[in-house]
Amino acid sequence: MRPFTYQRVSSPAEAAAAAAQMPGAKFIAGGTNLLDLMKLQIEAPAHLIDVNAIGLDRIEKTDEGGLRIGALVRNTDLAAHKKVREDYAMLSRALLAGASGQLRNKATTAGNLLQRTRCPYFYDTNQPCNKRQPGSGCAAIGGYTRQLAVVGVSDACIATHPSDMAVAMRALDATVETVKPNGSSRRIPIADFHRLPGNTPHIDTNLQAGELITAVTLPKPIGGKQYYRKVRDRASYAFALVSIAAVIQRDGSGRVAVGGIAHKPWRVETAEAELPRGAKAVAARLLAGARPTEDNGFKIPLVERTLGAVLSEARA
Amino acid sequence: MKFDTPAGANPIDRMKVVGKPTDRIDGKLKTTGTAPYAYERHDVVPNQAYGYVLGSAIAKGRINRFDLAEAKAAPGVLAIVTTLDMPRLKRGQQNIAYLFGGAAIQHYHQAIAIVVAETFEQARAATALIRVDYARERGRFDLATEAKTAPLFGGSSGEGSSAPPIERVGNFEGAFEAAPVKVDSVYTTPDETHAMMEPHATIAAWEGEKLTLWTSNQMIAWSKGDVAINLGISPKNVRLDSPFIGGGFGGKLFVRSDAVLAAIGAKAAKRPVKLALSRPIIANNTTHRPATIQRIRIGANRDGKITAIAHESTSGNLPDGKPETAVSQTKLLYAGENRLIAMRLAEMDLPEGNAMRAPGEAPGMMALEVAMDEAAEQLGIDPVEFRIRNDTQFDPEDPKRRFSQRQLVECLRQGATRFGWSRRNPKPAQIRDGRWLVGMGVAAGFRNNLLMKSAARVRLDGRGIVTVETDMTDIGTGTYTILAQTAAEMMGLPIERVVVKLGDSDFPVSAGSGGQWGANNSTAGVYAACVKLREQVAQRLGLTGDVDFTDGQVRAGGRSVALADAARGGELVAEDTIEYGDLDKTQQQSTFAAHFVEAAVDAFTGEIRVRRMLAVCAAGRILNPKAARSQVIGAMTMGVGAALMEELAVDKRFGFFVNHDLATYEVPVHADIPYQEVIFLDEVDPMSSPMKAKGVGELGLCGVGGAIANAVHNATGIRVRNYPITLDKLLDRLPEIA
Repeated sequence: MRPFTYQRVSSPAEAAAAAAQMPGAKFIAGGTNLLDLMKLQIEAPAHLIDVNAIGLDRIEKTDEGGLRIGALVRNTDLAAHKKVREDYAMLSRALLAGASGQLRNKATTAGNLLQRTRCPYFYDTNQPCNKRQPGSGCAAIGGYTRQLAVVGVSDACIATHPSDMAVAMRALDATVETVKPNGSSRRIPIADFHRLPGNTPHIDTNLQAGELITAVTLPKPIGGKQYYRKVRDRASYAFALVSIAAVIQRDGSGRVAVGGIAHKPWRVETAEAELPRGAKAVAARLLAGARPTEDNGFKIPLVERTLGAVLSEARA
Repeated sequence: MKFDTPAGANPIDRMKVVGKPTDRIDGKLKTTGTAPYAYERHDVVPNQAYGYVLGSAIAKGRINRFDLAEAKAAPGVLAIVTTLDMPRLKRGQQNIAYLFGGAAIQHYHQAIAIVVAETFEQARAATALIRVDYARERGRFDLATEAKTAPLFGGSSGEGSSAPPIERVGNFEGAFEAAPVKVDSVYTTPDETHAMMEPHATIAAWEGEKLTLWTSNQMIAWSKGDVAINLGISPKNVRLDSPFIGGGFGGKLFVRSDAVLAAIGAKAAKRPVKLALSRPIIANNTTHRPATIQRIRIGANRDGKITAIAHESTSGNLPDGKPETAVSQTKLLYAGENRLIAMRLAEMDLPEGNAMRAPGEAPGMMALEVAMDEAAEQLGIDPVEFRIRNDTQFDPEDPKRRFSQRQLVECLRQGATRFGWSRRNPKPAQIRDGRWLVGMGVAAGFRNNLLMKSAARVRLDGRGIVTVETDMTDIGTGTYTILAQTAAEMMGLPIERVVVKLGDSDFPVSAGSGGQWGANNSTAGVYAACVKLREQVAQRLGLTGDVDFTDGQVRAGGRSVALADAARGGELVAEDTIEYGDLDKTQQQSTFAAHFVEAAVDAFTGEIRVRRMLAVCAAGRILNPKAARSQVIGAMTMGVGAALMEELAVDKRFGFFVNHDLATYEVPVHADIPYQEVIFLDEVDPMSSPMKAKGVGELGLCGVGGAIANAVHNATGIRVRNYPITLDKLLDRLPEIA
């Protein structure tokens, strides 16, 4: 860990101002990912802005009938919230499928969105990694890739985004609210929040430098049967090989987002039109243009079969 | 005490303390966080500085030069020692990878420098500032490639399993060719890491020429000797102290770079140094269980009698390394007149392969017991019955040698009854529970019993307290407790009157903890010392003839005296060693089990979840059923890991284990282990020691993987021969989805 300076702020405005003053600073909330990365010197911020005391820890109804989730709402609290469990069940399930009880107690809504990849080559600082060290190359391509991405990949990076929560939020059409260092705020649809790796895999999201997430809003409930189905090698405490967040309506229509296969929660709206025709048809559209490796080619049939499991349950 | 004739009746047979499911006497220390583990021993020596190890970024080649300018200038740095500062250290007797010194790189994350600083964070940060100029060389990293030219190679695990390069009985090829039913399958097991909770950790302090290492080590005497060799100093000047060990599984049988570099760092910094290997370098810096490629052929008559059996295994290791002895159990487990055993060893440039819990048998049984299931399936014979038909009460290679005890058939029969085996549908893929395909599998469990000499000292003081001292270690197994039970039984005391001190190299040399030999041998050493102490007590009290030690009293010839009275005039001290004759040569000593597993496979996704497990064990006298059960359920859990998830993934280009942390190297979590049951059959083995005990810690693992693989086959009809059995290996053969 490199030496760093540290400050606590007490309001979003103060956080934004602090970020404006200290380029290269990082916000810290739960720290469940950032601190690990700092110990390994994968992240080495010169300055940390602790945002734990700025409020933003409430879940409120919006005027549109949806929910506004404060950036600092802990994963445990969000998963247990009555409205979330009633109206956005897949979100609650996704949260509970992630990490462990202890980590969920610390981890925040905003921090969860900002998790970095768990690609093992990203974590091994002896290895080239375009995400960790832009332009150094990608050791994962041609290496051990069982966990890595099959769609939306580039020649620079095949990392996945590890979040479960974000996959459910993608299916729910959530919006990320932010405040910039200059004090202005904006709303980013979750579809545009995370990026594909392209030639700049070191940039995970479309947040600008110093921009702070203040909330995630969910539109008004869409009903239907909601699922979050996470597939992994052990029963708990592992990142997804593949996960499916889905809403299936009584008429067979619905929405599907997939985790564990791309640099961002993966959703192809046009594929959802195929839902009445079954999992194979949906998966074919979802995964069109996929570029799997020898190690992770199984994710292609696994997406189809996991979606098949969800649809079978929805029909039951 | 020489043990060279079968044990007769002795005080242990009273089983007043021994054989009881006593809680661990060190349990409170463990559960309250007050058991002193190596890295936490802040009190043993003042002024401790922190060391941090830098691991090599290449797998093979040389180091041209270091640039230490930035690191040396970093805050808090006290000393930096690099591998170029000294010639290559001599290897100890137990290992083949060089631990430090010289320019040559043998494997990834080989230790190449230590930084000593005032704080842990400073040491770690400064280590990251070291710049290294490497000359990378091509290496041999792919076992499948190297196996093609690997020569025949015999060897021993050093832990009870061994085999010559090739060994034949009868005419295997002829008999196999003629057999009406044949299995000929190839199985692979991956490299595995021990993944113990406590990392390798040491505090080192020099006092003149004398070095003390507070460390985490299973084998104190081995390691004292090897440290002396590594550092080129006299063993007289080395002391190791390792009273508590947070798991080892064979990974701490040896001196690793933490101990050697803490000593080197302490000398350079002129201060005591504490050092733990960081989790991400453990898998590549230390030892691991090597991968195997195993071919098994079984020929049988229609009546289910095996006529021909062959087991060949290939593994890889660094130059001078030994093979993974995966064929060893196949010499002894089943009958059959025509036999072939062979091992091959490929020279490779991955980290050192060495012992991990049940080296040899653990991966060997994962293959053999699936081959047996395949043979039973072809024969149309129940797999429990097939094993029973091929039981042997003598060494198939040498029919004059009988097994001292062999209750494999009883384990299988009782297990089948208890598990509800009759409900298993012999036809695979027939049982459906919602989305789950459900099946049952069985495997035999087998592990040899090893006799190793073991010494102990016992003291009796004027308060009637008996203190046991031995360099034996408790690696989480319950050794403190069974040694206390042994001394209490021998001296006629309640267990509360016994104090046990372990892990100090100044104590008498024990068998140590490895190869499931610890319990029987170390208690037998305490038994021997107690026999001497009893003689001293009797002499001091003037008692002769048949002297009885019960309830704190010593009785003979109508007199009864308090045990404590014997030490009123001064402490009594007795020391002895249990030493063995050839009882393990004249008869074969092994432990047996039957493992039963019910597994469910998601028909959509191929996720495998174990539902129930049962182990029935026959392993001599069980010294403490509670501790033994904990050993076995821990081993069964490790078996689930080996069967379903554990695999060090090799980067075959750069030559290293990629998933080198506990996030990416998955071991079972609680949710993977729903229900486990363990049954111990009544058994005493008078050939093993005066304790008549054997070991269970590895028996509980050997066979589990095979039982799981067989259950998955019964559930799905899919035979996976490449471990771990992950869902991607099932997907293309699962039922079509609607």
